[in-house]
Amino acid sequence: MKRIAISLAALTLGAVAAPLGALAEIAPGDVQFDDYGAVETSLTGSSGNADEGRKIMTEKSLGNCVSCHAAEAYADVPFHGEVGPWLDGAGSRWTEAELRGLVINPKKTFEGTVMPAFYKVDGFNRPGDAYTGKAAPADLPPILSAEQVEDVVAYLMTLKDE
Amino acid sequence: MKMKNTLRTVCTVRTVAALTALVLAAPAFADEDAELVINGEIEIVTKTTAPAHLEGHLDEILSGWRFRSDETQAMEMDDFDNPGMLGAEAGFEQFETVMGSEGKSCMDCHDGVESLANVRPTYPKWNDDKEAVYTIQMQINDCLTERMGAEKQKYDSKTMLNFEAALASVSRGMPVNVAIDGPAQSTWEQGKEMYYTRFGQLDLSCANCHEQNYGNMIRADHLSQGQINGFPTYRLKNAQLNGAHGRFKGCIRDTRGETFSPGSPEFVALELYVASRGNGLSVEGPSVRN
Ligand code: HEC
Ligand code: HEC
Repeated sequence: MKRIAISLAALTLGAVAAPLGALAEIAPGDVQFDDYGAVETSLTGSSGNADEGRKIMTEKSLGNCVSCHAAEAYADVPFHGEVGPWLDGAGSRWTEAELRGLVINPKKTFEGTVMPAFYKVDGFNRPGDAYTGKAAPADLPPILSAEQVEDVVAYLMTLKDE
Repeated sequence: MKMKNTLRTVCTVRTVAALTALVLAAPAFADEDAELVINGEIEIVTKTTAPAHLEGHLDEILSGWRFRSDETQAMEMDDFDNPGMLGAEAGFEQFETVMGSEGKSCMDCHDGVESLANVRPTYPKWNDDKEAVYTIQMQINDCLTERMGAEKQKYDSKTMLNFEAALASVSRGMPVNVAIDGPAQSTWEQGKEMYYTRFGQLDLSCANCHEQNYGNMIRADHLSQGQINGFPTYRLKNAQLNGAHGRFKGCIRDTRGETFSPGSPEFVALELYVASRGNGLSVEGPSVRN
């Protein structure tokens, strides 16, 4: 698998938790999915930070997963969406590789799903520059950085069935 | 094996989610069975059988009014409480105001706004002379420039939305009935294709939110069917009248997409298609939304 140095985009987006050891990461175009949409290898080569993952999932300016998914696990956050399934127990229903694949590009697991791909930079129809309504820059960054994806995966893995 | 397991889990999970989310997400919920009567006399159809062209997509069509909170719903039930009616009043005044080099007002050609009550229900509509589908705002601009010698007004400008509000107000209670066949058909098809096209980095179509998920919460927003029978709408969020194209623009922007401009041929086609999804609902504008 081809590894590249951290891109400028990833640096800006990854501002939440500055990487210390992560020097190489897998670019959006180089991600390898298995036949079921799972992604075996960590995008950063290391495991993520679950606390950061929770923040990313519940903050509007970051992953904003809460806009579609509810969970007891983050019941303190107001206004849970109902577009996607309840996420409690996701860490028991899925393996880490499957969850990574789901966050990177859920269309590989659920064909035609409304859930967006969070680590994908091309193949869109009229992509915009975030929420400005203007055209995307040529080097459109993924919605979440490699590190943020790993943080989210780490948090999802803590959502075990009782 | 993985996939099968997954699908089963997701189904159970969905049901639980639907029930529990009601508890967690608690912005004021609308009474979805309430009926809308304005000023105690104008009966508004906010729920009816879907038009035939929606077969396989929707059985029932619902006005956005049904998805709003009790308080927002109530504001639309009385013209004194509906801030959008101020825009309509301004529209009535504009109608009688002389504009442009010809020294004419709309009244020189039309017998009052009431005489145009069949306009809001049937627009966008094919214009034979111009050989194009015309929205109300396009028609008003033709009257202003070609008959009155007046300046063209900007799409979705305050002046335009006031005119639209006045025209809508006199049609309240009449069923939306835009023509989708004949010469308008290809524009309608274009709008339909747009409605089912996914836009932006979030890769979402109008249908993903307003057909597949109406009734569901998306964060604090209660998703409606995205109908435009209530336009122009007075939104509490920006405290002014809003046009349908402005709404389309906002929704495409929210997909992390590059939007289109109000008045663009794309939005004219989309307006015709979205209007046709509401054929049978009553004209309700100027409505109140959040
Ligand atoms: C626009 C809506 C939407 C957003 C935003 C969204 N999802 Fe989803 N998600 C869905 C839907 C819908 C499904 C179910 C798949 C299907 O049936 O299409 C799903 C499925 C999942 C699943 C598998 C569900 C299970 O437990 O069996 C996980 C895990 C998941 N999403 C995580 C996330 C994470 C993490 C984020 C944010 C980084 C996110 N989702 C953002 C709509 C969304
Ligand atoms: C990411 C989800 C999403 C997508 C995609 C989306 N919308 Fe919306 N739309 C909303 C939300 C949220 C609202 C406000 C609540 C409501 O009325 O549904 C809204 C409101 C509307 C309204 C106002 C309805 C009323 O009664 O005032 C219209 C019209 C509309 N959308 C049309 C569209 C069209 C056309 C498209 C595609 C170009 C579209 N939307 C795409 C989320 C979306």
